[in-house]
Amino acid sequence: MSAMDSLLAPHHFPGKLIVVEGIDGSGKSTQLQLAMRYLQAKGLRPFSTEWNSADLVKKVTKRGKKKMSLTPMTFSLLHATDFAHRLVHNILPPLKAGMIVLADRYVYTAFARDVIRGCERDWVRRVYQFAPRPDRTFYFNVPIDVSVSRLLSGRAKLKEYEAGMDLGLAPDLVSSFRLFQGRILEEYRKIVAEYGLTEIDATQSIGEQQQIVRNLIDQTLEDYRAVPAIQMT
Amino acid sequence: MSVDSTSTAFRYMGHAMPYLPREGCTGKLIVIEGTDGCGRSTQAIGLREWLEVQGYAVIDTGWTRSKLVGKAITDAKQGHSLHRLTYCLMYATDLADRMEYQIIPALRGGFIVLADRYIYTLLARGVVRDADKGWLRDLFSFAVQPDLVFYLQLGVEQLVPRVLDAGKMNYWESGLDMSWGDDLYDSFVAYQGELIRQFDVMAEEFAFHCVDARQDPRAIQRQLRQAVTAYLESCNYSAPGAIPGEK
Repeated sequence: MSAMDSLLAPHHFPGKLIVVEGIDGSGKSTQLQLAMRYLQAKGLRPFSTEWNSADLVKKVTKRGKKKMSLTPMTFSLLHATDFAHRLVHNILPPLKAGMIVLADRYVYTAFARDVIRGCERDWVRRVYQFAPRPDRTFYFNVPIDVSVSRLLSGRAKLKEYEAGMDLGLAPDLVSSFRLFQGRILEEYRKIVAEYGLTEIDATQSIGEQQQIVRNLIDQTLEDYRAVPAIQMT
Repeated sequence: MSVDSTSTAFRYMGHAMPYLPREGCTGKLIVIEGTDGCGRSTQAIGLREWLEVQGYAVIDTGWTRSKLVGKAITDAKQGHSLHRLTYCLMYATDLADRMEYQIIPALRGGFIVLADRYIYTLLARGVVRDADKGWLRDLFSFAVQPDLVFYLQLGVEQLVPRVLDAGKMNYWESGLDMSWGDDLYDSFVAYQGELIRQFDVMAEEFAFHCVDARQDPRAIQRQLRQAVTAYLESCNYSAPGAIPGEK
């Protein structure tokens, strides 16, 4: 039997794993993008990864969402499958190779979302026990009103599952989103304390937040030994 | 896990699906486990017919039969993208879907659910693939606790000729995904031997009803029927449409 990587202990890989978490509209992806530029400008080669659907279960998730046939358990397990696939293919190899990995959403997203959907808190944590503990996780804390107004003024329209429409909290997307994401915020609050995440006040300006993020990343990388760059000719 | 004294609430193996009511389930879950080629499916068909003749309503279930991911698992096994983690997680998804849309509703309706393989197969396959034993137990802990588990016990030496008779040794049945070597026969023997070892350990832990699968299939069926009858009598379970005197 192999020993598992565990969220409860530091990993033993030469690379560094830096994570951003937060609800939709918290600005976490913007901050990750800027952090990536910062690291690149320092001559490092960070890898970035998102919790996108892997080919393995993409069709299944899409069809399940369309038919509204996903249950809290199957929703949780399909996402865990996706996460495991992403971990094995996109996160572990660069970490083992001594690279910096920047992850947009990690297990904490599942801890918050799946519990709100109705899965057992302890079970969800145990299912993700195989995930290595990040070296630093930024949690972008934003009030629900700010997140809603950012989302509505900006990009794509709200999606059914992201708004928690399957829970029947409210008849329309915006009200449902507000209630669902509000509950997720509550859950995140507990997770921040439980796992010692670094909380960033996401109502500050993008520049102010990025300055804090960069300072903290520097601290996290203090003991990091960069892999020698390949000479490009 | 909370243990319920009433007989109409099912119990989980460990963690619950908290949003599902557990009360009002009068059906029974009967599992037949065993390695490839032990005659499981034949015995399950025999049991179902026999139960239905007596008026018991039966549904059968088995791995990869979920609407949600059954086909996706089969497809993934054609390629080389499965890792032990995704392998186990996809099977867990398959079980969760069947549990919520098939098994629990059937138990609620008073059916006998006949499962051709259950979580024990995945616990064995996972451990043999070097997945963490504790993690596997947690992952599948939302499974409903079966009322009766039959284990059709067979050694590798008896298994080999049966599998060859039935067709040929395939990639997954031979555990070739584990890179123990590219010899089909050697890998099959090593892999199935490991699975049997895992089943034998679990037989004790989970109190399987062990049946010697080297016997004539009719003798095995007789034993299964006797045990099922004894169990159903012990819990006063009778079929709504049971025909008196037909046992």
